[in-house]
Amino acid sequence: MYAYDELDRTLINERVSEFRDQVKRRLSGELTEDEFKMLRLQNGVYLQLHAYMFRVAIPYGTLSSKQLRRLAHIARRYDRGYGHFTTRQNIQFNWIKLAELPDALAELAEVGIHAMQTSGNNMRNVTSDQWAGVAPGEVEDPRIWSEILRQHTTLHPEFSFLPRKFKIAITASEHDRAAIKIHDIGLRLHKNADGETSFEVLVGGGLGRTPFIAKTIKPFVHGRDILNYVEAILRVYNQYGRRDNIYKARIKILVHELGIEKFAREVDEEWRQMGHSALTLDHSVIEEVRSRFSYPAYEKLPHMPDELKQAAHDPLFERWRKNSVAPHKVQGYSIVTLSLKPVGGPPGDATADQMDAIADLADKYSFGEIRVGHEQNLALPHVAKRDLPQLWKALDRLGLATPNVNLVTDIIACPGLDYCSLANARSIPIAQELTRRFANHDTADMIGRLHINISGCINACGHHHVGHIGILGVEKNGEEFYQITIGGRADENAQMGALIGPAVPYAEVADVVEDIVEAYLALRDRPEELFVDTVKRLGVEPFKERVYATR
Amino acid sequence: MTSPLEQKKIRITGPSVVTANRTWDGAVVYRTAQQGWSTALSDAAIVSTSDDARALLAESAADDVGAVGAYIAPVELKGGVVKPGNLREHIRSKGLTIDLLPA
Repeated sequence: MYAYDELDRTLINERVSEFRDQVKRRLSGELTEDEFKMLRLQNGVYLQLHAYMFRVAIPYGTLSSKQLRRLAHIARRYDRGYGHFTTRQNIQFNWIKLAELPDALAELAEVGIHAMQTSGNNMRNVTSDQWAGVAPGEVEDPRIWSEILRQHTTLHPEFSFLPRKFKIAITASEHDRAAIKIHDIGLRLHKNADGETSFEVLVGGGLGRTPFIAKTIKPFVHGRDILNYVEAILRVYNQYGRRDNIYKARIKILVHELGIEKFAREVDEEWRQMGHSALTLDHSVIEEVRSRFSYPAYEKLPHMPDELKQAAHDPLFERWRKNSVAPHKVQGYSIVTLSLKPVGGPPGDATADQMDAIADLADKYSFGEIRVGHEQNLALPHVAKRDLPQLWKALDRLGLATPNVNLVTDIIACPGLDYCSLANARSIPIAQELTRRFANHDTADMIGRLHINISGCINACGHHHVGHIGILGVEKNGEEFYQITIGGRADENAQMGALIGPAVPYAEVADVVEDIVEAYLALRDRPEELFVDTVKRLGVEPFKERVYATR
Repeated sequence: MTSPLEQKKIRITGPSVVTANRTWDGAVVYRTAQQGWSTALSDAAIVSTSDDARALLAESAADDVGAVGAYIAPVELKGGVVKPGNLREHIRSKGLTIDLLPA
């Protein structure tokens, strides 16, 4: 966990006071909606179909049990008893009242949580690997650098009015769990030849109307120079990024139009002019931030405790363990993913009661720490293997032990037309129907790793472009239709999916997905060949022929 | 959502209402014939001509403190009952189409 200092606390509290005054002036009529809109957006407040939506930042996806309990309290006291975890490690409350928002923010500030820059044309929540600091083989904890970037970019005057929103993600593992290639800037930590911390810097990724995979702009940037280099990128973007057309304002468009080589030259020139600036990080500064992260006092535990050997006789426990429990860097410990994708449930939602219970379990089994992943699941990052059987029983009682992590029912979905004012079509009921169709865990296991992503509009909050199966809601003559792509992926080999055929109506989506899965089972050359690899090997056509032959 | 400014050019083709979100809590509201706001669609003032729609919208948008983002929305009249004219408005009027709990 990162411990905020007095400066952080002052900043957050001052922001609450400022927003309280702004809300008061809005409700009295002193501020018009046009004047107020930008102010509320800078505090994560949107106006959606039914109500205001409040987006709260969870920097690099790390929460303490105390913070999660406070989020539960916010859900219960100010909302309708639940929250929605998003694809950018935030949590959203869907029914909050503007008049009560300052009080909610003040209660969040008491535990070091805020909503600054969760909306607006500025630097958004810096995201990272939800297994940061505990994943085996990790170069180092990427949250150190996430926090340095968070501090530097929060309320940065030069970057508070960018052409468009700007998102950074950081990973330090070979397997990318942070989807860095679909971010404006993606940072991959590695060591240079001298063993020093360096970054591969990628730029220009993003989904939405015009999707692009990020390109490497610099293979090695020394850790001490990362703020300089990121600032150089932002300056070039701030100078040349388009402000006349919202659809062409993201950095991905600038990179595409200039070409990566020219864009890189512009950044290098800016970087050269900056020289050895105040942004160059002293070793002591990095170590100061590092020292504010506390790590558990792990026990020396056996690799295979007796409790685990005994529990292995229970097939239901074993199914869950094999699916939801991952290796930890410390012997005797595990990382446990908590599925927020129960059969028939809205993906990514957790009730206030569940949040409270997870906080209690985190205290009991995970040194009081919880992680939020971009796949809309939670994780307990430090669970002793001996405790896994007891934890599983507790999670099962809470509906949080569905053994479907990374399987066909672990669906990423945006709120869609049930909540969102931008959506053209619903996402959640499509996801719910698909989880019912594939509810049999044996079937899901047999299918293997398969990511379905659903977005209710082209803005792609459900990351449909990079779903192994991607589903995009569109409107045709007042009716909901869905375009379906296959072969996308968001990991280190990220790529966009390809359209499989004409859009289908709402009622046929689940049938089409079932047909795609059946085609895969018939086409894969062995059970171990993943869906996405079969698509890569064969292309879209064999799937199209089988799925659309009778349509 | 089409902004009121853009809707100045819009011609309605059937019965319509003006809807918005209430400022203090964001609730869905409809403009009434009494120049107020109601959370019930059945209370909404219904207009049938483009001129009346634009006038109702202009009056509604002027009440910036009461409600936010006023726009014209289609409705259907069936047996004297007012119903939302499309899925988006149905969801705004009736609420979520989903189960919040697993089933």
